[in-house]
Amino acid sequence: MNSYAFRDTFVLVKRSLRHILRSPDTIITTAVTPITMLLLFVYVFGGAIDAGDGDYVDYLLPGILIVTVASGIAYTAFRLFTDVSGGLFERFASMPIARAAVLWSHVLTSVVANLVSLALVILVAVAMGFRTGAGVLAWLAAVAILVLFTLALTWLAVIPGLTATSMDGVSGFSYPLIFLPFVSSAFVPTSGMPGPVRWFAEHQPVTSIVNTIRGLYAQEPVGNDGWIAVAWCLALLVAAYVLAMRVYRGKIA
Amino acid sequence: MTTTPALETVGITKSYGSHSVLRGVDLAVPAGSVVALLGSNGAGKTTLVRILSTLLRADGGTASVNGHDVATQPGAVRESISLTGQFAAVDEVLTGRENLVLVAQLRHLEDPGGTADGLLARFGLSDAGSRRVATYSGGMRRRLDIAMSLIGDPPVLFLDEPTTGLDPQSRIEVWRTVRELAGRGTTVLLTTQYLDEAEQLADRIAILHEGRILTDGTLAELKQLLPPSRVEYVEKQPTLEDVFLALVGHDTTAT
Repeated sequence: MNSYAFRDTFVLVKRSLRHILRSPDTIITTAVTPITMLLLFVYVFGGAIDAGDGDYVDYLLPGILIVTVASGIAYTAFRLFTDVSGGLFERFASMPIARAAVLWSHVLTSVVANLVSLALVILVAVAMGFRTGAGVLAWLAAVAILVLFTLALTWLAVIPGLTATSMDGVSGFSYPLIFLPFVSSAFVPTSGMPGPVRWFAEHQPVTSIVNTIRGLYAQEPVGNDGWIAVAWCLALLVAAYVLAMRVYRGKIA
Repeated sequence: MTTTPALETVGITKSYGSHSVLRGVDLAVPAGSVVALLGSNGAGKTTLVRILSTLLRADGGTASVNGHDVATQPGAVRESISLTGQFAAVDEVLTGRENLVLVAQLRHLEDPGGTADGLLARFGLSDAGSRRVATYSGGMRRRLDIAMSLIGDPPVLFLDEPTTGLDPQSRIEVWRTVRELAGRGTTVLLTTQYLDEAEQLADRIAILHEGRILTDGTLAELKQLLPPSRVEYVEKQPTLEDVFLALVGHDTTAT
């Protein structure tokens, strides 16, 4: 890391944000999947789902936010893949710029883009009747968890971005992530699931994250779920970062 | 021209699994010269260039660029070089000018905008400067690609098959640029599979074959390797390239 690390990262973040501004459809596409799910579950399936008291949209939104991030990071992998396959990645690697700058610029751009998509989805949810009395601190905590989750999934997305050999390989990896919330407390309470499925649902990261955000919005005590969620995100982040950096070093010698 | 080579490799080896691509490459490129690395597809030209530009580690041997070892001082090597890869490495979403400004900023130059405008003019891209690169022709992309490589005036330039896939006019344009660079004292290592390109541009020609430098010398020296020339009378027919260029003209800046 040299003295130019921040400056180089900033220059490259500006570049990839410009990419997003010139094709805003990437953000809209990112938000379309979760918004469709939101509409479908609230207005079609919602009547048949017993998620306890209160509006179903209030119950559903935290899980939809997870889906938003999962579909958003696919574009990070895509942008990185485009740089690698187009030769720009090698151009940057052969230039005297900070080694960390190239990947971090994509990661930071991913966080910004995902925050915009998340804001879009929340706005739609508000229009559909989502209400929360959450105060500033609760909102900050919810945003912090989502940013941490975005960072973890983004570093995960860096791996296919660097290693994929085709566009299909890049986009394919995010599908399991988008469907993971279905086997969690995101759409329906886990209590109605059969034994092994319920065990999995209650012990996978999405449930603790969703329960935490739900608790924050409902102004209820978050309890252990909060710490479990943070622990999951941090563990995932560290593991993905270490793996991504190993792939990166293998790629540029 | 100084006596210390700008670029030197001793016994460079590189294998991919059991397939050995480079089997001990010894090459010295004098500062300020243009050396063409000639070889057929798969001869290992790109692998050698990638090692010299710190993108790939050699399995054995040593290589230095501008006096810096590529394995132990990669940062110093990157300060001295610029790489133009086999395919134009340009950002399609940005405009031509933005591409140049980006590289100038990453090289920490004082006046990125001025640098960009100067290069746009020099490469006949001023009119296209504000257009997105996605709309550029292959030749324009290549010119932009080379222009991006010249930012910061690196003393050593690697051009990996710079004219592959270009139309004849763009090819001549690239040749002109390389000659101009040579005139300014930039050391150029150029890989090519076109024999005429090596003949046109290079002070010295090194032939890479089966992982080794088969021979290395000036064109005149290489010609002496064969029996002395005989005089033959051959009717000079215009080549198809002559005809093509005569018909469409040499106006390369308008493409």
